[in-house]
Parts: sequence; C-alpha cells; structure tokens
Amino acid sequence: MLQNIHIRLAENRVNTSLAVNRRVPKIFTPGEIISEQREFMRGHGTYEEDIYLKASVAGVKEQVNKLISIRPLKSRYNGEIGDVVVGRITEVQQKRWKVDTNSRLDSMLLLSSVNLPGGELRRRSAEDEHMMRQYLQEGDLISAEVQNVFSDGSLSLHTRSFKYGKLSQGVMLKVFPSLIKRSKTHFHNLAVGASIILGNNGFVWICPTMSNDEDNVGGFVQNLEEVVNCILALAQSNVMLFDTSILYAYEESLKYNVVELLVPEAMVDVAILTQHRLNLCENS
Amino acid sequence: MSRKELLSKIGLRQDGRRAEELRRIRCKLGVFTQPDGSAYLEQGLTKVLAAVYGPHQVRGGRSKAQHDAAILNCQFSMAVFSTGDRKKRPRGDRKSTEISIHLRQALLAAVKVELYPWSQIDVFVEVLHADGGVFSACVNAATLALIDAGIPLKEYICACTASLANNNVAMVDISNQEEIIGGPVLTVVALPMSAKIVHMEMFQRFHLDHLPKVLNLALQGCKDIKVILDEAVRNHVEDIGSTTGWSNTTTKQ
Repeated sequence: MLQNIHIRLAENRVNTSLAVNRRVPKIFTPGEIISEQREFMRGHGTYEEDIYLKASVAGVKEQVNKLISIRPLKSRYNGEIGDVVVGRITEVQQKRWKVDTNSRLDSMLLLSSVNLPGGELRRRSAEDEHMMRQYLQEGDLISAEVQNVFSDGSLSLHTRSFKYGKLSQGVMLKVFPSLIKRSKTHFHNLAVGASIILGNNGFVWICPTMSNDEDNVGGFVQNLEEVVNCILALAQSNVMLFDTSILYAYEESLKYNVVELLVPEAMVDVAILTQHRLNLCENS
Repeated sequence: MSRKELLSKIGLRQDGRRAEELRRIRCKLGVFTQPDGSAYLEQGLTKVLAAVYGPHQVRGGRSKAQHDAAILNCQFSMAVFSTGDRKKRPRGDRKSTEISIHLRQALLAAVKVELYPWSQIDVFVEVLHADGGVFSACVNAATLALIDAGIPLKEYICACTASLANNNVAMVDISNQEEIIGGPVLTVVALPMSAKIVHMEMFQRFHLDHLPKVLNLALQGCKDIKVILDEAVRNHVEDIGSTTGWSNTTTKQ
C-alpha cells in the first residue's frame, strides 16, 4: 500500500498554540518573592526563606484566606478522593495490587476493595489471595476510583462498582493530567459508537460502546481511531478534554480521513475549530 | 600572523561579539508530550534537548529509594553527529558519566527533593550540536525542563562560561572556536538570585589575580541568562494558560 509519509524540517513546524489575547493573571516563577510579610501561611509550590515567602514552581497564585499556594500548569497527578482513574497493574503482592496511575508513587488496590468475579459479597479467603493473579496480572489496565489518600501521598483505589474494573478491547492514551476537565461524570458514551473514560490522572480509555445488538458482534468500530486522533489533536494544542470538546472535535474532523488527521496542519485546524465552537457556547 | 587572537585590538572576538556579550539564546518549553517536562535550548550553535520524567515510583531495586528525599537521576549524552568528527559515544564513557554527575550535583542545589520521599526524578539531556559551553547549556536546559514538569525549585539554576583573553581581558560565553584557539575556560553554575556558586570547573589555567574579574563576568552571565530563561517560562505559562482558560486554577478572571 502506498502511503504519503510527511517528513519536514524543524523550521516548517506548525505552531500548535491557540493562545488568544486575554487578560493574563500574574505569573510567578521559581524564586520569585510572593510576600514580604510573615502573616501568610505557605501552601504547595511555595517556601519560606528569611522573611520572604517565595514561589518554587511556575504558575499562578491561589489564595484561600491566609493560605497562599502556587499551582503549576502541569505536574504529575495529585489524587483526590472520588477521582476516576485509569491505571496499569505493576505488581501483584500479598492481599494487594500495585497500580501505576501517573502519580508520584504507585497506587494501591487492596484485595478487599475489589468486587471479585462471581459478584456476591463475601469474606476474602486465603484461596482468593492465591487467585489474585488470575484476576488481575501485571500489565492489565483497570479503571478505579480513589478511595483514600495516604499521608505519604500515595493513593488507595477501589473498584467496588460495576462501572469500574478490568479494561479490555480498547485503546489507552496518555495526556497531561491538567488537560482533563473535572466534571460530574468521567464515563461518556459518544453517539459515534465509542465509550470514553477520561481518567483524572491523564489516562484516557477509549473502547467500542457495549450494546446488546447482535449486528456488531465483531466488536469492530470504524470510528475508534478517529476519536483517538481527535483527542491527540486537542491534547497537542492544550485544549481541555471533556465530552463536549471531544464531540465537537469529532464533528470538525469528519472532513478529514483518519490518516490525514495525523498531519500537523489538520490537527491544529481541528483544535482551532473546536476551541472556537466552545467559546461560542461559553459566550451564548 | 603567528596565531589567531581571541580579542582583536578594537575589542571584537572571532565571531564579532564584544567581550561581555552572550551568544543568542533561544529556548522552548514543552517540546515533547511523553515526558512530564521537556525543553530545547540553543545557545549560539550549541543545541541541547532536555527531558524530565517524574517524580515517580523508584523502578528496579527498591533498596535505592530514600525515605527523606527523591533520587535525582541525571543522564547526559551526545548525539553521534554533534561534533565535527562523527563518533559513536556510548553512554557509559568517562566523559559523559562525569558530566552526568556534575549535572546532578548542580541540580540538587535547587531542586526541593525533600518533598518527594520514596520517589525518583529522571533528567535526560541530549546534545544535538556541540559548539562550546556544552555543560552550561545542559544545566540551563535541564532547569527549564524541571520547571516545565512542575517540580519545585528554590530558584533558577544557571550556568555560564568565561575565559581570559590576551592575558588580561575577561570574556563570557566561550564558543568552541575560542576553546580551540586556547583560552582557559571557567564554567560556573550559580543560583543567580541569591548569588551562590554551586559548581565551578576550569580547564587550563591563568594567574590567580585574574580570577575575581573572570568569575564576576561569569556570574553576571548567569544573571543575564536567568532573565532570558525567566521570560521564556513566563511566555510559556501565559501561552498554555490562555488556551486552557486557566481552568485548572481557581483564579477566575
């Protein structure tokens, strides 16, 4: 099969930035003095030196009463209770699994916080401990919810709902966690036949929508790749990811075929049109 | 003419700069999507890429993990085409191991590793084009990549080189050509805001009396570089922030 392969020089690179002129809040960079008084409390992204409160990351200031913190625009995933995450099993241990969730320490999934196959609630026996690897082994992908955050910052997950559990037959994408918009639900069924899990940790899972119709038994969905490419295009231009933005991007991308969507110009075009439509929605 | 002069009578260098002039610095943050932070930096013709992964769980051998600080792991490498003679440089050779260790020491002075116990931060730098001041360009690029990754730093870590021309004039930011002609090269890594020297290294020698003036010029170079890097960081943050509408921050407009 003959394909066009695009190789270009660095100078012909497409500028993927969509920044428009808006009012910019004050930006702090590492080492910059935030306050000269002692009356403020230091939060994340700040430190005290002599009498000064200084920033330690680049970002904008957030103030809650006396607590000042600087939030970087991009960082590793900081878990919060109730977040939906997609993760990969890295280790099977006694009574628990270790899960890579793009966080600064591996998360924990206790045997007691999963619904074992079979469904009914029961005590976890020694037999279950032996069967752990049969249920989830290294490299498996799961979706889960953050149950608890330990004092060292690592997360404890649970999958005690039919929504969560092992993932199979789909595509996982990795984007920066800051691009996932927090919303009520992170599970979406797009009308185009794809289901999406937008993990708060920046892992996005895309799979064909499960349906009871018998006509698509093969589980083959044409649109899956297009959705994947749309999300990649949005992520490259730093557009926030949520159900509406993905749907808009998909609609805007219909004029391209799947392969064309990997060309930088097309990716930026889709991102610009999506951003434009989102702005229209916001303003109306 | 016996040998080329580092500084001509009218005070110009081989490439037409004045003694206290830096080469053009261009930089870009967030050049890759796979690592947590990345940066590209050009200082004259020296071109360097840096990528930062982490902080993440320590992989391979739990015994290395520290209970009170993150492990900072640096790796320096040079592309085969980075110098005049095309030569394969395996990553484990002495020169690059030494530079990796120096880079680690320099970065440890400002990275707040104590915030991330049991974790690991990886810094990879790759030289694409070596044209003098390779180590200082690496330090500057690594600083930008760390900031892009959102890893807390006490302040910017900047590095600059300086030399002595005609045995009495100090000059800053030495190019490869000037290194070859044979000036002594002093590399200084500093924290420019608190004016602390983190790391100092010298090739060849000059009289001790000249040290204060060469050192001062190198420190001034570090401060100038800090201003350039700071502007790049601000532009980058503004750029990203206004695309995402500052939506991952609570500051409403």
